[in-house]
Amino acid sequence: MNTSPDMSIEIAGIPMRNPVMVASGTFGYGVEYADMVDIGSLGAVVVKGICMEPCDGNLPPRMAEVPSGLVNAIGLQGPGVKGFVENYMPFLRQHKTPVIVNIWGRTIEEYANVAAAFDVVEGIAGLELNISCPNVKEGGVSFGTDLRMAAKVISAVRRSTKLPLIPKLSPNVAGIGAFARMAEDEGADAISLINTLPALVIDVETRRPVLRNGVGGLSGAGIHHFAVKQVWDASRVVSIPVIGMGGIYEPDDALRFLLAGASAVAVGTANFTEPRTAMRVIAGMEDYVQRHEYGSIRDVVGMLQYGQVKP
Amino acid sequence: MQVETGIVQEHFDIGSGYRRLTLSAPTVCPQVKPGQFIHLRVPGLGESLLRRPFSIYRAEAGAISVLYKQVGKGTRELAFLPVGGYADFIGPLGNGFPLPHPENCIPVLVAGGYGVAPLSLLARNMDLKGIVFVGGRTAEDLLCLEDFKEMGWALEVTTEDGSAGLKGRVTDALDAWLSKGQKAIVYACGPDGMLEAIDKRLLQHELPGWLSLDKHMGCGVGACLACVQRVHTEDGGTRWKRCCCDGPIFAAGEIDWEFGKDAS
Ligand SMILES: Cc1cc2nc3c(=O)[nH]c(=O)nc-3n(C[C@H](O)[C@H](O)[C@H](O)COP(=O)(O)OP(=O)(O)OC[C@H]3O[C@@H](n4cnc5c(N)ncnc54)[C@H](O)[C@@H]3O)c2cc1C
Ligand SMILES: Cc1cc2nc3c(=O)[nH]c(=O)nc-3n(C[C@H](O)[C@H](O)[C@H](O)COP(=O)(O)O)c2cc1C
Ligand code: FES
Repeated sequence: MNTSPDMSIEIAGIPMRNPVMVASGTFGYGVEYADMVDIGSLGAVVVKGICMEPCDGNLPPRMAEVPSGLVNAIGLQGPGVKGFVENYMPFLRQHKTPVIVNIWGRTIEEYANVAAAFDVVEGIAGLELNISCPNVKEGGVSFGTDLRMAAKVISAVRRSTKLPLIPKLSPNVAGIGAFARMAEDEGADAISLINTLPALVIDVETRRPVLRNGVGGLSGAGIHHFAVKQVWDASRVVSIPVIGMGGIYEPDDALRFLLAGASAVAVGTANFTEPRTAMRVIAGMEDYVQRHEYGSIRDVVGMLQYGQVKP
Repeated sequence: MQVETGIVQEHFDIGSGYRRLTLSAPTVCPQVKPGQFIHLRVPGLGESLLRRPFSIYRAEAGAISVLYKQVGKGTRELAFLPVGGYADFIGPLGNGFPLPHPENCIPVLVAGGYGVAPLSLLARNMDLKGIVFVGGRTAEDLLCLEDFKEMGWALEVTTEDGSAGLKGRVTDALDAWLSKGQKAIVYACGPDGMLEAIDKRLLQHELPGWLSLDKHMGCGVGACLACVQRVHTEDGGTRWKRCCCDGPIFAAGEIDWEFGKDAS
């Protein structure tokens, strides 16, 4: 069989040539990897988190390698809306690949303002809403772990933009399903998950945290099967598309998310070790669609045969 | 910048606990500037571990060499890589030392530990000969001294325990030389403490110089923001630069050594 399989998919009204994106914070603003990765081959590029003004992030050390992945506390360093649009959008507009901007804020108003600012920028396909940030107004509690607060953020952003809206859910909650349903109720066009898991890396010699920030977020291989479960739980209770991420290194890792109900996936930490992971994952998924004689990649979504474990 | 898979051409001990690894690199080799590095995927380390950065020591005949010390799991695993085996790397990375070196002043190199690796390559790419200061804790820590002798450079060695060369720090030897007031440009690579001490002296003597910094890295290409270093800006403020792509070479006086030091 020589014809390439139908890999196209539409997420939150954004048509993509395939369901494999690169995750926020792990692919810079695209330009950093342009020498090595064909940006045009990706389903979408999700850029590093942006808030209104330039942000310095945390003091280094910001990253610790652990056997199952990485723990990071970058602290959302970024150029702000204006800096991003001026410095990075000209490059990103050159490609036909949809650009999804990951946005965040310290207050609900800031979230809404950032969304409104991007509403008028040419070349942006959608907004991914990072709600895993501390709310400075309410004592630093993460917006993403409080159902009521998360709903307020999503609804405020929804009212501020016509762009497709993709809240990115925090995995650090008791029932991910309730958050997924709430996002849909508040007008989200899709949801993405998971963000990193809270982690603490301790240097036993110094008895101090390795990261200057103390705690950080775990990503990579160690969170993969947990993430698949979260996607499975979320996708069964919503009718909007789900984007799955967490520890994708191989085509099979991406396929697991699709089988569990995700319509698309994002490759994160793996980009650092192997920048061309997404391209390899796409090729492997094409092969899977052909081997299993599916009509298109869309037919794989949600095909998990749960409860049919072979004896 | 490219991903290239190289064949191991040589891999052997060079003394002082260091090993030299040479990989074929037909694509990357011709692009290399002294002071640049490669981000190496250590075979057998598993897909979820990061690449490891190493300064380029030689780039010739379609191959690149690095010198490394076994300090942790990555470099220990790397030592098993056999001649004829494969390893892939991203390179060349980083800005590299600015060249050419101006004609009318003496090149002064200051190295600590594996800092000699990029400086040896720099010396080979210069028409002028100058002086090189190499420092270590003991005689065991010194490497590549022969390189500089062969190239006809003046060599000053210091060890903290006096087991080789002058007893003391590399900056002690440098101080003595700088006090002569000759017109020079300094190129330095080594631990942060050494670089900070050199930076202070360059400021004092109003000499230009370039410092090569070693920060823990994630991606190596500017995407992850793990490797940031605070620098002064022209308007009197400070900002982050990424060591992997805006550096690892910084101008003397550029680095804000105080930022974040006591804020823990
Ligand atoms: C630009 C640059 C050039 C370098 N050039 C050389 C060289 O020419 N020769 C050489 O021997 N070493 C060099 N290093 C240091 C070398 O990268 C580390 O020794 C190596 O990564 C240690 O890996 P490990 O798995 O053995 O140690 P581990 O301690 O197990 O590593 C754990 C993590 O910390 C990182 N890490 C540990 N030590 C360092 C360090 N000193 N600098 C940066 N990251 C570190 C590793 O990359 C890894 O992500 C350079 C570092 C940088 C940033
Ligand atoms: C260094 C780093 C930076 C990240 N920055 C962001 C960010 O700015 N915004 C965000 O929503 N998620 C961010 N993430 C989370 C990833 O987008 C992704 O959700 C998570 O890492 C899980 O995927 P992975 O295991 O494939 O990395 C970051 C992750 C890492 C490792
Ligand atoms: S190592 Fe990732 S930005 Fe420098």
